Amino acid sequence: MKICYYPGCTLKNHAKNFEDSTICSLKTIGVELDELDRWNCCGTVFSLTTDDLIHQVAPIRNLIRAKEAHYDKVMTLCAMCYNTLKRANERVKSDPDSLEVLNNFMDREDIKYEGDVQVYHLLEFLKSEITFESLAEKIVKPLKKLKIASYYGCLLVRPKEIGFDDVENPTILEDLITILGADPVDFPFKTECCGAYQTVDRPEIVAERTFQILSSAQNQGAELVVVSCPLCAFNLDQRQKKAIELFPEFKNIPVLYFTQPLAIALGCPKETLRFDLNFIDPKPLLREKGLI
Amino acid sequence: MRINISRKKIRDSFVDKVQELSGQNLLACYQCGKCSAGCPAVSDMDILPNQIIRFAQLGLKDELLASRAIWICASCMTCNSRCPKGINIAEVIEALRQILLRKREDHLKIEKLSDEEKEDIPPIALISCMRKYTS
Repeated sequence: MKICYYPGCTLKNHAKNFEDSTICSLKTIGVELDELDRWNCCGTVFSLTTDDLIHQVAPIRNLIRAKEAHYDKVMTLCAMCYNTLKRANERVKSDPDSLEVLNNFMDREDIKYEGDVQVYHLLEFLKSEITFESLAEKIVKPLKKLKIASYYGCLLVRPKEIGFDDVENPTILEDLITILGADPVDFPFKTECCGAYQTVDRPEIVAERTFQILSSAQNQGAELVVVSCPLCAFNLDQRQKKAIELFPEFKNIPVLYFTQPLAIALGCPKETLRFDLNFIDPKPLLREKGLI
Repeated sequence: MRINISRKKIRDSFVDKVQELSGQNLLACYQCGKCSAGCPAVSDMDILPNQIIRFAQLGLKDELLASRAIWICASCMTCNSRCPKGINIAEVIEALRQILLRKREDHLKIEKLSDEEKEDIPPIALISCMRKYTS
């Protein structure tokens, strides 16, 4: 099976571990990613003001690219890309006037966008199209005795209209982790904002949130935290350095993309796991559990 | 904080502008406070989310546009998902930021960040920060 894939800016550099572990995992289950030709940045955040159409051009242009490649669906890994592309799509679908303005603005495109491409996330694809039951049959290395907390952050679940799970208590990642043979750890901060882009100019706010979120997961017994957003990943992983400066009692915990444990469980070779890009080294923990 | 309210401020075009840009009906708010109770950022805010709505209803333009809170909100949408009146509070706060940004009053001077501050920052963080904080 071949599916249309939109990577977004960070999957090609800081989050290459997210992309490589995904490519290998999907290949193992017989799915090939067909990367969109000439994709552009989605804008990372959806424009919330009613009259701001110019910032809908970037996400909609990507959907035109998918249509040109004869796909009716495009998949993302990054939670921010998912949110931005899907919200832009929903906006133009529910507001034909803005769609017309956008199509007129992009009059050099060969085709018009008609709201006819569906945006979906890797987790939805695994759950609905592959199904967790058939994924379970492909597991060669169950992640036994590994306690994993799932952090969803904001953009996979909010707003309700575009989220693919319960807005307050999502469980799709825990369901996946159970299939992988690990023990899912529930914790109250799993949908609490990490501070997002404030990491640029107010890293201390993000470090404090990182401390709260990760300590809460650790208090529930987590040994590892998984995420689906490169910005959450940076904040929860890299900002642990600052969290320790502010809260000396804090203990480091590895933060991985959910596709990295998935790739281990599916038997992917270690070069596809790219742990060199994870700031807090997960290798000692994974070695102790006999997983690498 | 000493606040003066007046009929003039309440009828100011600022109130219409906030409603127009956000697409929200400010008067739907009955001040239950649920938005502020669930907001993960309130500890860093000078005006809380429910107060932002009240200030906007009253046309307290100067107080709102000078507040720290409008830049602390990262649009996590927790308030929106919990509001019993269906008001999108994050959109109201975005409208306030936009009123300033559209006058080129940027909140972030990216060129003033040191190399050390920018070190290791992924593109997703820089782009979203510039989208939210600059015009």
